[in-house]
Amino acid sequence: MRTLLGLMLVLAAVPAAAQDDPFGSPMWEVLRGEYFGTAPVVFDGRVAVTAPASAENVFAVPVAVDARALEGVREIVLLADLNPFPLVLRYRPDAAAPFVATRFKVQQATAVRGAALTADGVWHVGGVMVDAAGGGCAAPAQSYAEKDWAEHVGEVQARAWPPGPAGTARVRLRIRHPQDTGLVAGIPAYFIEELTLTGDDGRVLGRLQTGEPVAENPVFTLELRPGAARSMRVRGRDNQAGEIDATIPLPRVGREG
Amino acid sequence: MRRLALGSTLAGLLALSASAAPLTYALTPTRIAEDTYVFEGTREHFTRANGGNILNPGFIVTGDGVLVFQTGPSRRFGEAMRAAIATVTAQPVRKVFVSNLHPDYWLGNQAFADVPIAALPGTIEGIRREGEGIAGNMYRLIGDWMRGTEPVLPTEPVYGSTVVYGRHRLRLIPLEGHTDADLAVLDETTGVLFAGGVVFCDRTPTTPHADVAKWLAALDALDALEVRTLVPNHGRIRGDTACIAQTRDWLTWLERTLRDSVEAGLDMSEALDLPIPERFAGLGVLREEYRRSVVHLWPKIEQAALPRVR
Repeated sequence: MRTLLGLMLVLAAVPAAAQDDPFGSPMWEVLRGEYFGTAPVVFDGRVAVTAPASAENVFAVPVAVDARALEGVREIVLLADLNPFPLVLRYRPDAAAPFVATRFKVQQATAVRGAALTADGVWHVGGVMVDAAGGGCAAPAQSYAEKDWAEHVGEVQARAWPPGPAGTARVRLRIRHPQDTGLVAGIPAYFIEELTLTGDDGRVLGRLQTGEPVAENPVFTLELRPGAARSMRVRGRDNQAGEIDATIPLPRVGREG
Repeated sequence: MRRLALGSTLAGLLALSASAAPLTYALTPTRIAEDTYVFEGTREHFTRANGGNILNPGFIVTGDGVLVFQTGPSRRFGEAMRAAIATVTAQPVRKVFVSNLHPDYWLGNQAFADVPIAALPGTIEGIRREGEGIAGNMYRLIGDWMRGTEPVLPTEPVYGSTVVYGRHRLRLIPLEGHTDADLAVLDETTGVLFAGGVVFCDRTPTTPHADVAKWLAALDALDALEVRTLVPNHGRIRGDTACIAQTRDWLTWLERTLRDSVEAGLDMSEALDLPIPERFAGLGVLREEYRRSVVHLWPKIEQAALPRVR
């Protein structure tokens, strides 16, 4: 009887915990354990996640996580609960504002969450629901329609804007890469796993760990604090040891032309 | 896609059994010119409430049979159109014209499978390529209204030409820009222009297959015509060509805004919520359609604007 009562209490606790999640996502408790362990987690509107309510293109849904309303953010995690690979990216804004934007592939309608870890060890979680026709993670890359795609993998297009009064410079990157998830028969996983941005003085500005859902030819928007650096360097690698290495000039107001 | 479509249909059936609402398109032909009728749709997006009835399909009773323009978003819609046409005339349907590959122009084709269905070659090719996916997505968007709908390809390629049916002399005008192939039809006898997807009237233009520069050129071509009544596929029917200018104004603003935003360093996600000028406030589905357009048009602009670095 006591065992039964105990079991009932356990069962009763599950929906109560699930109710905590503003999106009522069936995966939330699992993801919480997997990505945040036993660390305290709070739902917090100060982590603003921007994404369209309906995914017009399931292969490239725009999303931004903005935790600039919080102090002392150490790490940002972007998750799509019901994707076959929920982790879109992790970002450590070493010398950067806690802001990251990209585009990702969505497999079905899902909660999309941004979580920001503050210095006190608390994860602050915000999010939005994204409706989707589905299938974004399970289709071959469009790159393969281009005969010479392999010659261009890892090419970087990028631009930095002059730092504002707070010393924060917007940086936008686009990298040629098919970003295969491994879910298409006969096409192995092939995607960028790591990107690190440094100043030309060697200082690390930000580190991205990226997962399968990041869209083909990925685009990232960051807010870096380059200090006195005159240029920045982005280095990274994909899961097949392909390397990415490019230098991004950093314009200064009044120094241009 | 097929499995998805069936799943959505099942969901639609369950929703239907719960609400027991009869899914009936109430189509009433409105006479807009001599022998010429239009079924006016709502200025909305596809929803399970409107069943996809957001278009202005029409027909001309020529004296030598009926010419039909667009067949609607579903088999059921096409059937309702055909029944409504029969309340106006006993003349048989002679031919159907489909203006482009978007779902509401041709998913009612099954109801007209016994007559020639004409479209530009690019439209036929587009439907061949994307038709299954387009139909599957409509199952998701409007649910049980789609029951029994299957893609039916247009059967007859048409080109720029002038054709005569009964009392009516029609100019078939091949355009591009809204999609790869956009057919406009000017009835020179009445001055009615079935503009297809190239002109929107008080309804925000849709851009999933758009090339804005080509679209603007298409609008210039329509501006040169003698039009007495303009039937846009979406939005109000008007006795002037003001909506050609309205469509041009929107597209010009849209493209300039996205280019300026890319140049200023915005991310696509930040562009979703940019302010839209007050003069567009009267356009239906404004914010939602604007956001869709951001997703459609942004990547190409961005790709061209970000310099290659080494």
